[in-house]
This record gives sequence, structure tokens and C-alpha cells, in this order.
Amino acid sequence: MSYMRGFRDPAAASRLMDAVRATVQGTLRVIEFCGGHTHAIMRYGLRGALAPQVQLLSGPGCPVCVTASADIDQAIALSGRPGITLATFGDMIRVPGTTTSLQGARARGADVRVIYSALDALELARALPQREVVMLGIGFETTAPTIAAALRQAESEGLANFTVYSMHKLTAPAMRAILDAGELAVDAVLGPGHVAAITGWQAWSFLPEEYGVSCAVAGFEPLDILQALLACAEDQARGEPRITNAYGRGVSALGNSTALRLMDEVFMPTDAAWRGLGVIPGSGLAIRPGLARYDARQRFGLPGMAEGPLDAEAAVGCRCGEVLRGVVEPPQCPLFGAACTPAHPVGPCMVSAEGSCAAYYRYRGIMDI
Amino acid sequence: MCLAIPVRIMEIQEQMARVELDGVERLVSLALTPEAQLGDYVLIHTGYAISVLDEAEAMETLQLFDELEQASREVEEEERSRQEEDTARVEDAKTGLGGPTP
Ligand code: SF4
Repeated sequence: MSYMRGFRDPAAASRLMDAVRATVQGTLRVIEFCGGHTHAIMRYGLRGALAPQVQLLSGPGCPVCVTASADIDQAIALSGRPGITLATFGDMIRVPGTTTSLQGARARGADVRVIYSALDALELARALPQREVVMLGIGFETTAPTIAAALRQAESEGLANFTVYSMHKLTAPAMRAILDAGELAVDAVLGPGHVAAITGWQAWSFLPEEYGVSCAVAGFEPLDILQALLACAEDQARGEPRITNAYGRGVSALGNSTALRLMDEVFMPTDAAWRGLGVIPGSGLAIRPGLARYDARQRFGLPGMAEGPLDAEAAVGCRCGEVLRGVVEPPQCPLFGAACTPAHPVGPCMVSAEGSCAAYYRYRGIMDI
Repeated sequence: MCLAIPVRIMEIQEQMARVELDGVERLVSLALTPEAQLGDYVLIHTGYAISVLDEAEAMETLQLFDELEQASREVEEEERSRQEEDTARVEDAKTGLGGPTP
């Protein structure tokens, strides 16, 4: 699209970088919640270009990476039952559980299908009426409404062989948990733009109001990110943390009301176990009891929260947990780039394209825009 | 995973929209953005439009970047002309052709 190119303009980017550098007082420590931001920041070399004045830390914002090993084990066990076809987004298939991954289960004969959209899972259910099609519901507020829409569609079509195994997670409770833990000192948070497209930017105003930390909701082009960082730097200079919407074209104050309503009709908040962060109250989404026939946990008698290790790979030295909390950077992990690469990932942060370790590995030579 | 891509709606058939993505035509669902119109840009995420992009707002942001660039260019130009004046004054002083030296 024509005007989109404008958000990648290198000349404007270098001006914005100058403005950020000129505004920062001392150092500005910013954590980006979203793995999409980590990816864009590494791809355009923003991190290196703004260091050391701006320190960019990456957060837990990759839904695949934060899925607990025990939940993956549960999904693998389910895929081994007769008559089950498991449909999942591609990133998920290689993430390690305690002993194997869904890919491993598939190699041993489980019917695991990679889908691009919840619409594809509905299509599978229509095409395979003799199978039980279970869709793995992975994702934050960006994705949950699409699954809610598909579930509603299944209901209206009377598709009896479609269920959702909801492992959805909510972003704000995780951000709170990270700040509450007190391991991390940051001046600002780069707010997740596509989550905010659904929730509205106001959902992030708790950061300045309750934590005294600036938040700038950002899009994913270099100028979007730089514009947000400039807002954070200005807040720091003024000594006044605020919420800024630096993604005006895609994000409104109150978000997408249709999506929020659908999400609320289908899901209710529940406690959820995060890899690296532990159990966070009210940070997950469970399917409402009225829709139990579309809930894989109910239909197949699975526990509300899987029991077992949350990050099994920590035993072999993987530091994904700390990476997800923004406490260490991927290259600080002794396995990074050696025993652990995208071709042979040890932890989920190296598996998913948006995992921090994968982004650091892929773009490690890029220093400037 | 929260990747969402801007695309333009080329045709609407009930709840589905025809869009072009990387040269490939696709059908995406408008279940989450029933307000989307033909010709709108929408952000699509896993086969669903999740937000209708505000084109006017995008233009305004780009305008701001332009102004920022304009402003810094003006500062640079001022700087340059001040430097040029300074060198001229120095030159003038050296050759004794200048007016009263400050
Ligand atoms: S580099 Fe690999 S082993 Fe180390 S933290 Fe990242 S995913 Fe885990």
C-alpha cells in the first residue's frame, strides 16, 4: 500500500533517531512487550543504532514461547488419542514439551495439521466429519477474538466435531506480573500494537497510573517504533510518565468493540501457567460453561490447567524463562548460537520466528538501519 | 504471532473480503470488522480483519515526520549559513576589506 512505505523512510528514521538521542537523559530503559517488536527492532537494527542511550529489552510477548511445557505435553497426549485431528498454528509444532514436540508426535502417527487461520480448522471439521477436530487456541488478545468468531460460526453451522483447546493468554496481567516481580527496572514499555487494536490503548494506561512507567503503543514499521520511543524519551525528559498512542492508524482508545464483545461472549478469565513466569491469576481465557460442547477440555476430560513442569528445558541450561522476563538477553545464554540454533532449537524462544532468541540469532550482524 | 498485515479490500461477499497479499488473492473474514467498506485498508491477522486502518490518521502521522524533517533541515541550514557568515567575516578581517570588526 502506497502510504505504508512512508513508515519505512530511512531519512525520516535517521531524523527520528537523532531526536530520540537528543531527548534521552542519561539512559532510557524500555521493554518491548511484543515479539513482533523484538523482531522489527532487530531486523531494522534499531537496537544497535540507539545503544547505549536507549536500552531495549525484550519481553514475554510471543504466545508460543510462553506456553508451558505441561500444556504442550497435554496437547501431545490428546493428539495421540484415536479419532483426534489436532489443528495448530505452525509455530507451535516444534515447541518442545517435556519429552517431545507435536512434530515428534506427528512423526509417530498422530494426526497434527498446521493451519494458517481458525477458518482452516472449521474447514477441516467440515471435511472430516468422522474425526474430532481440536484447534489449539494459542495467542493473546489479537488472536483470541478470531478463535471466538470461529467457535460461534461452528455453533451456528451445528458443526458437532469442532472443539477449541484454549491456551489463550492475556497480556496486561503478564506485564503486571513482570513489574510486580521487581527484577526489572524500566522507564517505559513499548505497548503491543496489535493487541491494542483489539483492547484499545486505554487498556495500557495502568502502566503510568499504577506503576509510574511510560507506555507508548506502537506499530511495527521502523518509524512507528521510533515515534513511540521518542514519546517515551520526552516523558523521561519531562519526568512525567504518560500513555501515548503512537499507532493512531490502527489503534483507538477503546479498541474493536465487535471483537471484544465476541471474546467476552465466548471466554472468561482464568488462571494460566506461563513458561518463565509461573501461574498468573486471571491471565488466561477459558471457554464459558454455556459453550462446553466446543471446549476440548470439557469434551475430552482434560484438566483446567495442565500439571507438570512449566519450562522443562531449563534443566539443560536453557534460559528462556529469564529471557521472557527481560532479565537476560539471548546472547547471555551459554547455549545461544552453539547448542541452540533455529535449526536445532533447545527452547521455545529459538523456535518461534518471534521468539527473542530467534530474532537475535537471525539478525545478529545487523547493526544499523 | 500477533503479526497483522495491512491490505486493501477489493471485494466484499457477505462476511468475507477478497484481498491481495504478496500478489496472491485471498479471502479473509470480516466477522470482527463488520464496518469495513470496499476500498478500506484493514489489518489482517490469521485470516480475519481485526482493525480498519484510519488512512487520514496515517497521513497525519507521515505529515508530522515530514515536519520534523523540515524543522531539522531548517536548523541545519541556519547552522550552515551562520558558519558561512563566520568564515566570510574571518576572511574579510584577514584581507582587511571587512567593515568594522566586532
Ligand atoms: S538461546 Fe536457546 S537455550 Fe538459550 S535461552 Fe534461548 S531458546 Fe533457551
